[in-house]
Amino acid sequence: MARTLKLRIWRGDDKTGGLQDVTVEANHGEVVLDIIHRVQATQMGDLAVRWNCKAGKCGSCSMEINGKPRLACMTQVAAYPEDEVITITPLRAFPVIKDLVTDVSFNYKKAMEIPSLEMPAGMKPGEPRMQQVDVERSQEFRKCIECFLCQNTCHVIRDHEENKKSFAGPRFFIRIAELDMHPLDMLRNRKKTAQEEHGLGLCNITKCCTEVCPEHIKITDNAIIPMKERVADEKYDPIRWLGSKIRRREDVL
Amino acid sequence: MTLEKHKYDVVIIGAGGAGLRAAVEAREAGLSVAIVCKSLFGKAHTVMAEGGAAASMGNVNDNDNWMVHFRDTMRGGKFLNHYRMAELHAKEAPDRIWELEMWGALFDRTSEGKISQRNFGGHEYPRLAHVGDRTGLELIRTMQQRIVALQQQDARDHGEAEKNMKVFAEVTITEILKENGKIAGAYGYRRETGSEVLFEAPAVVIATGGVGKTFKITSNSWEGTGDGHALALKAGANLVDMEFLQFHPTGMVWPLSVKGILVTESVRGEGGILTNSLGERFMFKYIPDVFKDKYADNEAEADRWYEDQDNNRRPPELLPRDEVARAINSEVKAGRGTEHGGVFLDVSKRISAEIIKKRLPSMWHQFYELAGVDITKEAMEVGPTCHYVMGGVEVEPDTAAAVGVPGLYAAGEVAGGMHGSNRLGGNSLTDLLVFGRRAGKGAADYVKANGANPVSEAAISKASARIEAPFARTGGENAYSLHQELQEITHNLVGIIRTGQELTKAIAEIADIRKRSGNISVSGDRKFNPGFHLAFDLDNMLLVAESTAKSALLREESRGGHTRDDFPGMNSTWRQVNHISSFDGDKVNVKAQPLPVLPKELFDLFDVHELEKYMTSEEIAKGGSK
Ligand SMILES: Cc1cc2nc3c(=O)[nH]c(=O)nc-3n(C[C@H](O)[C@H](O)[C@H](O)COP(=O)(O)OP(=O)(O)OC[C@H]3O[C@@H](n4cnc5c(N)ncnc54)[C@H](O)[C@@H]3O)c2cc1C
Ligand code: SF4
Ligand code: SF4
Ligand code: FES
Repeated sequence: MARTLKLRIWRGDDKTGGLQDVTVEANHGEVVLDIIHRVQATQMGDLAVRWNCKAGKCGSCSMEINGKPRLACMTQVAAYPEDEVITITPLRAFPVIKDLVTDVSFNYKKAMEIPSLEMPAGMKPGEPRMQQVDVERSQEFRKCIECFLCQNTCHVIRDHEENKKSFAGPRFFIRIAELDMHPLDMLRNRKKTAQEEHGLGLCNITKCCTEVCPEHIKITDNAIIPMKERVADEKYDPIRWLGSKIRRREDVL
Repeated sequence: MTLEKHKYDVVIIGAGGAGLRAAVEAREAGLSVAIVCKSLFGKAHTVMAEGGAAASMGNVNDNDNWMVHFRDTMRGGKFLNHYRMAELHAKEAPDRIWELEMWGALFDRTSEGKISQRNFGGHEYPRLAHVGDRTGLELIRTMQQRIVALQQQDARDHGEAEKNMKVFAEVTITEILKENGKIAGAYGYRRETGSEVLFEAPAVVIATGGVGKTFKITSNSWEGTGDGHALALKAGANLVDMEFLQFHPTGMVWPLSVKGILVTESVRGEGGILTNSLGERFMFKYIPDVFKDKYADNEAEADRWYEDQDNNRRPPELLPRDEVARAINSEVKAGRGTEHGGVFLDVSKRISAEIIKKRLPSMWHQFYELAGVDITKEAMEVGPTCHYVMGGVEVEPDTAAAVGVPGLYAAGEVAGGMHGSNRLGGNSLTDLLVFGRRAGKGAADYVKANGANPVSEAAISKASARIEAPFARTGGENAYSLHQELQEITHNLVGIIRTGQELTKAIAEIADIRKRSGNISVSGDRKFNPGFHLAFDLDNMLLVAESTAKSALLREESRGGHTRDDFPGMNSTWRQVNHISSFDGDKVNVKAQPLPVLPKELFDLFDVHELEKYMTSEEIAKGGSK
């Protein structure tokens, strides 16, 4: 079942770099990360790549394969025709450190800017009561493995470096939505600040982020669109927002 | 180049569940904390945990309490556990889970709105708090977000988010530094640039996780290279009971892309059969006498069992895990294994495609997507996979202080004692939280009482020289090949079934690789260079393998995660013995040490007839220590 595979791997750093051709054996059932490891072990001992779990659970091995943002450990070699050259490049929206490794610190900075969960005052450990239906919406967003493929693919930052300052990106829109829908969260105005401080307004709902999410999180339909709609609501009717929060709070106490 | 230097009260090596919990505790005690990890923040091996976290909250069955959990844990560990760790764990686990909820974790719920709990092997009641099959991710993310919340608080109060707590991601610690016999700091390199970093701190918490990558087939992530085990040994601490490793009987061995990944036991439960390369359904040959009345010795009866369980004996594929693992191992050793060193596990013969997809949806999906194997049509190749290390740093249970090294602490999978000879599923995640917290507090109390302990220039140059060494050599050994050689040895000779002869051979071969590893050379420069990284990881794996092989050779009995073909069966005299590994700068030495005696109040929690299976008659007569 072994086949010979032609790869083109981007090698270089923040200053120079280019695609290098490599020929390597591939076995039945292998994923792109396996191939990269074989290249490392046999031809390029210093080829840089991030990975960790090799089971699609940690979100470390994000890269672009034939131009598509993907997890290398979840991308089968067999998905590409025998004679096709597979091109492997680093994520495009983040600065390259070396080879396939990029500087994703942008995302950690954005995480720091999102206000954390605010628990109801006086609530003690063991006290919360929440129904499964009420936690499920936030649970969907908590499936996120922080692979940042959605961040990488979103045109608002992919092609416009200058937007990075004012745009948190889809990964953090779902974080805001998660907190906003968290049955215990007491912080008000999350949707409004998403719009005014985290750049939700720059999103024009292209849904590219949803398409690349390996966890199949419906980023646009379930987080972005509802927040945009509700922001519109709330701008005109703050009382209604207060009402919804208070009712939720009574449910849980 | 000037050396990057940092001063903290506590340095935590590891950002898995244990390390992050320790960090939060030390920070809340008012100290400054550095968290150092090899991967990006939020990606530690803990994300892989699926099943859940065991805590006797009693949400599903209110008969559950810490005493029942304690008993289950001791039974699982075949009474080799450090009783005090098992006791603290059982008592504190519920608080640690509820606390996660206060920090934002969203566990699955019961109909009353409480945290739901599920059944798991060895746990008497439904006990595992869980979020679908991604509990580890929830734990990591919650801790990560808790740390961000504390940093935001520091930004508000002090104008600087990283004032009291900073994460140093993609930094590998290569050495723990001591001055005057006490901890003084840690030394390492940045993976991105290869540049060196010094952390000065009077207390260090090791929370580096497991050792799976020492073995050829493992369910562990690449981080499981036993760094903390080796760092502790080199710093003068002990490892306890390193012979005990948990092998799961059915991990994938092929295709390569899924090597080691677990195949859940339900595949066999649903009718999966095991065959060798001759097409023989071999399990019938391996039914031990004690199980003869419960397991079918022919195919016809085994097949009938699925329809009529009252009038037929069960198929032998459903024997206990260690029996199945032993049988698979024997077949492979006898030359009847598959091309890739496993056996076949097949559900496609017995059940229709439709039912497979309905009952084993995630398995079907996983193999189809990841491996291109359609389990409704083809057999899977499986073999035992190295899953968890029970052995680890010897610690004081209450403070998680490493025995013998003032200022050193250890928690999580890297610490030993808690699980005895075998860990119950779900007990690891709560172990991380309970002892992570205790280590953070232990370290904080120590720093408050002792103050700073500066690092000397001599220690710095020694640590630095070691990092430079592989670059100075040319034409030496290749780290990738040596790693493969080591994995072959551990797999073949120190694996699931062991013999004295094979262990002796393994010890000699590991020593040989260790000698050659002194001559590793690395191609390329320091910048994000995996060959260079592996050279250091390998050194740690070699010490772990040596410790495991030597402890395994000494223990002449079979118990939990240690099976000796030449000494089958459990022996009550051996239950009173812990194996303590230490390092003399050249090699690992292993000695026997008496196991702490169960105190009377814990002894009395058990039925004496049960204890008779594990303890000698003298121990029973004493009835525990007073
Ligand atoms: C597939 C799978 C499923 C599992 N499911 C369950 C389950 O359902 N329930 C359960 O209780 N347990 C489960 N376990 C076991 C459990 O996940 C682990 O035992 C646990 O996560 C270990 O956590 P830890 O905090 O000790 O270390 P880890 O999470 O392994 O983290 C180790 C940390 O140390 C860092 N590190 C290591 N060496 C160095 C160094 N030299 N320098 C700097 N940093 C370093 C790493 O980068 C990492 O951040 C499972 C394990 C596997 C493999
Ligand atoms: S939907 Fe919005 S966030 Fe998602 S990729 Fe498009 S612009 Fe970006
Ligand atoms: S939302 Fe999806 S694509 Fe984005 S970081 Fe999370 S898992 Fe990755
Ligand atoms: S290595 Fe973890 S997602 Fe690919």
